[in-house]
Amino acid sequence: MKLHEYQAKEVFADAGIPVPESRLASSVDEVVEAVGEIGFPAAIKAQVHVGGRGKAGGIEIVGSEEEAREAAESILGMDLKGYTVERVLVEAGVDFVDELYVGVTMDRAAGEPVAMVSTEGGVDIETVAEETPEAIAREHIDPAFGMHPFQSRKVVYDAGVEQQFAGDVSSILRTLFTLYENSDASEIEVNPVMITADDDVIAADAVMNIDEDALFRQPELSEMAEASYENDFERKAGEYGFDYVRLSGNVGIIGNGAGLVMTTLDLVDYYGGAPANFLDIGGGAKAERVANALDMVFSDENVDSVVFNIFGGITRGDEVAKGINEALSQFDEIPKPVTVRLAGTNAEEGMEILNTDLVTVEKTLESAVQRAVADAEEVNE
Amino acid sequence: MSILVDDDTRVVVQGITGGEGNFHAEQMIEYGTNVVAGAVPGKGGQTAAGVPVYDTVEEAAIEEDADASVIFVPSAFAGDAIFEALDAPLDLAVAITEGVPTQDMAKVNKRLSEVDTRLIGPNCPGIITPGEAKLGILPGNIFSDGNVGLVSRSGTLTYQVVDNLTNRGIGQTTAVGIGGDPIIGTSFVDALELFEEDDETEAVVMCGEIGGEDEEEAAKFIGEHMDTPVAGFIAGRTAPPGKRMGHAGAIVSGSGTGTAESKIEALNDAGVPVGDTPEEVADHVESFL
Repeated sequence: MKLHEYQAKEVFADAGIPVPESRLASSVDEVVEAVGEIGFPAAIKAQVHVGGRGKAGGIEIVGSEEEAREAAESILGMDLKGYTVERVLVEAGVDFVDELYVGVTMDRAAGEPVAMVSTEGGVDIETVAEETPEAIAREHIDPAFGMHPFQSRKVVYDAGVEQQFAGDVSSILRTLFTLYENSDASEIEVNPVMITADDDVIAADAVMNIDEDALFRQPELSEMAEASYENDFERKAGEYGFDYVRLSGNVGIIGNGAGLVMTTLDLVDYYGGAPANFLDIGGGAKAERVANALDMVFSDENVDSVVFNIFGGITRGDEVAKGINEALSQFDEIPKPVTVRLAGTNAEEGMEILNTDLVTVEKTLESAVQRAVADAEEVNE
Repeated sequence: MSILVDDDTRVVVQGITGGEGNFHAEQMIEYGTNVVAGAVPGKGGQTAAGVPVYDTVEEAAIEEDADASVIFVPSAFAGDAIFEALDAPLDLAVAITEGVPTQDMAKVNKRLSEVDTRLIGPNCPGIITPGEAKLGILPGNIFSDGNVGLVSRSGTLTYQVVDNLTNRGIGQTTAVGIGGDPIIGTSFVDALELFEEDDETEAVVMCGEIGGEDEEEAAKFIGEHMDTPVAGFIAGRTAPPGKRMGHAGAIVSGSGTGTAESKIEALNDAGVPVGDTPEEVADHVESFL
């Protein structure tokens, strides 16, 4: 779960990390009022869950009320990589002389958190990581002991931060690590940490991603969660609780288990079709969930045929068959041809229940996928 | 022969009084697994699935001489349940639970480096030695006894590939589902090492997916240390960058690492043929035997 910049900055400020003065605004008038209080220069920053806001025109620096009004008019309501901007953060501009990157994330290969500092801040840090990895100093942190103060100093010195600012940067890093642990973050970073003309060290941006599996013990952060969807399909999938990704093809895919569903997508492609989506109904799905999955895929107008690929372990074939029957019996005419392949736990019981007047049954994964691809082609002829 | 589990393995089920734990304990017993006890705090003295329940894993291990556990404990308590299995101590713990917080797993992972217990999972289907024992939720009827080892990050993909093997008469020594999370106990390399040492395993299937670099590391290990032939499969060739495809681990960062292409290339370089379909994987395995 991603926090918005304004939310992450509240968390930072509460923890004692210095951040610029700011106001949240959702209308042009509110922006004008905010700059009146904060003064100039000010930054107007779109609050949406996408990276690279600056490059995409979602951040503007303004020097007058007139500029603030113009920036507010252009940013509020704009489409930023699929998301509509409904709010902006109006923030005091910082007169800076240097920009640093400071972050903590999980190194999955090492199975340990890693603290990172770079003097190449203020730019796309992923590009830095790829092209000049040596420009980012790293220190692995033992999850049992947490971060020792010497470790935060070490990584700051390794990064080449000037001695004069090392104490302040190191202190920010240590607070970030404490937040990382206490808030079950998967990623926490500041890019840039600015060194100002007055020799202050200040967090000018804030990124916090929280591990969704740990939200049960993060009630305050859970309240900050705002459902954020790129489109109506994602919204619907969120409401149904599916792992769903919409793709550009026309063969709808429903299956159980991420690995098997991905494999089904790959086979659709392999047999000359194009997958319309990834939809994993998860383990142990009951009939209603199966019906919801069909509703989900039918509602995508790009879909010309649907393939159901179920290999039951914890999921039971009879439950899946019931769900398919229930969903399809509502229609006078089935909107798109459906091919079903059922294997594993209670597959035989499922096949007995399944209404084969409504669907095509195939015995193997390969034949089911080929059938669905052929059905989709037929629609387009 | 087999790796890690056989009909001598004495199993305790953590969470045996819960819905999933109870159902699958019965399934495991029906399959022939030597389930000797359950462990659930506050339920000591009861009986579930026909075996005695203890309050602690340690007590179950001492009283029933258990050496392995299967964990069906809700995600909020799963990290603690794994620590308890390591502390008992048991030789093997299999964590089926999905959705275990990553920072809990980082702590578990650290502890694992200090003890002798082997952990499989979490978020995995478990492990099965056909005809002898299954620890987990795998559908026993699709497996058959034979000489091919299988290791996979995905449960349902394991079932699919096993089905393709069994249908043409190729049986398995042991199949291990290692789980799809970013931090897991047993890695591909760990499982491959065990299969390499197992005399009866004549070929191995490794099923990977996009995300992380575990498959690349496995490829390196195969190239340098394995004589047993390996066939591979990688799920997620058509996955778009930056999107999470179900498994916590199954995401391509967009920076070129963790993609299906990089994994397939690494495996091919190590002499591992990678099938385009599960059926093709079975073709490769057949050619090895």
